[in-house]
Amino acid sequence: MSKETVEKAEFSENAMCVNESNINNSFWSNIKYLLVGVIFGITFVKAEIISWFRIQEMFRLTSFHMYGVIGTGVVIGMLSIQIIKRYKIKTIQGEPITIADKTFNKGQIYGGLIFGLGWAITGACPGPLFAQIGAGFGVIFITFLSATFGVWVYGYFRDKLPH
Amino acid sequence: MCFPAKVPFFNYDWKKEIWNIFFIVGVAIGGFVAVQFLGNDEPVKIAAETQQELRKQGVTSFGELLPADIFSWESLMTLRGFIFIVIGGFLVGFGTRWAGGCTSGHAIMGLSNLQLPSLIATISFMLGGFFMTWVILPFLLGL
Repeated sequence: MSKETVEKAEFSENAMCVNESNINNSFWSNIKYLLVGVIFGITFVKAEIISWFRIQEMFRLTSFHMYGVIGTGVVIGMLSIQIIKRYKIKTIQGEPITIADKTFNKGQIYGGLIFGLGWAITGACPGPLFAQIGAGFGVIFITFLSATFGVWVYGYFRDKLPH
Repeated sequence: MCFPAKVPFFNYDWKKEIWNIFFIVGVAIGGFVAVQFLGNDEPVKIAAETQQELRKQGVTSFGELLPADIFSWESLMTLRGFIFIVIGGFLVGFGTRWAGGCTSGHAIMGLSNLQLPSLIATISFMLGGFFMTWVILPFLLGL
């Protein structure tokens, strides 16, 4: 493997979703992602997923709400993946869909624990942060900036952290 | 200004990933639309036990999606607000990157695709959350 391939493999393995599509989207064709985002954002609010209190209930085991939401998400996800695989469904632009397997690294434990700590404080995982901002909690923009800084710090110290 | 440019982790073709930006802007718009036009004006019905517990631990504002006594510009200048808004965000960003995913990537997508690493990550998310909620949060809420 060339150096570039190795780096790319390492990069996509435990870090970030890499867009493998060979189609270069025009600016306007990105609008479809915006629309999916809007639907996602509405769902976040209407299902009360962005409620800090719902996250508290989840961790205090006083309500089934969030377990139901995540559980339903997993079931729908399983069905969707099975359908996509069985019928070899292609993307909207006609490219095949491949879902890469995840490989284990210790970051999933250390990073996972750290995210869990933050999740119980902010009452939001990364996606809902944006919906909270849109829903009128402007100060969450600071949370978003801080989270982005956290990502940057991770990127900077990545080689020194156990994986 | 592009200070992360020298970090190898950030050397990717951002133009190709620009759909991410469209997506998150959409999520924010969705949040706005839902609250402005699709709201039902009823407060989120929180379990009574949790409400009581939180009240005892120092939360005063109920009825909105987030407790406004913690998540507001005024409270950002207090120690409690700073921890919840700034430190909390840092832990979310740093943690999800190190874990290689969040509740969407690991818990929902990963578990759907029967990935063991995602199960490990999801269990870690929950353990971290339980520890914060039961051990540290009562202290933080009282600050």
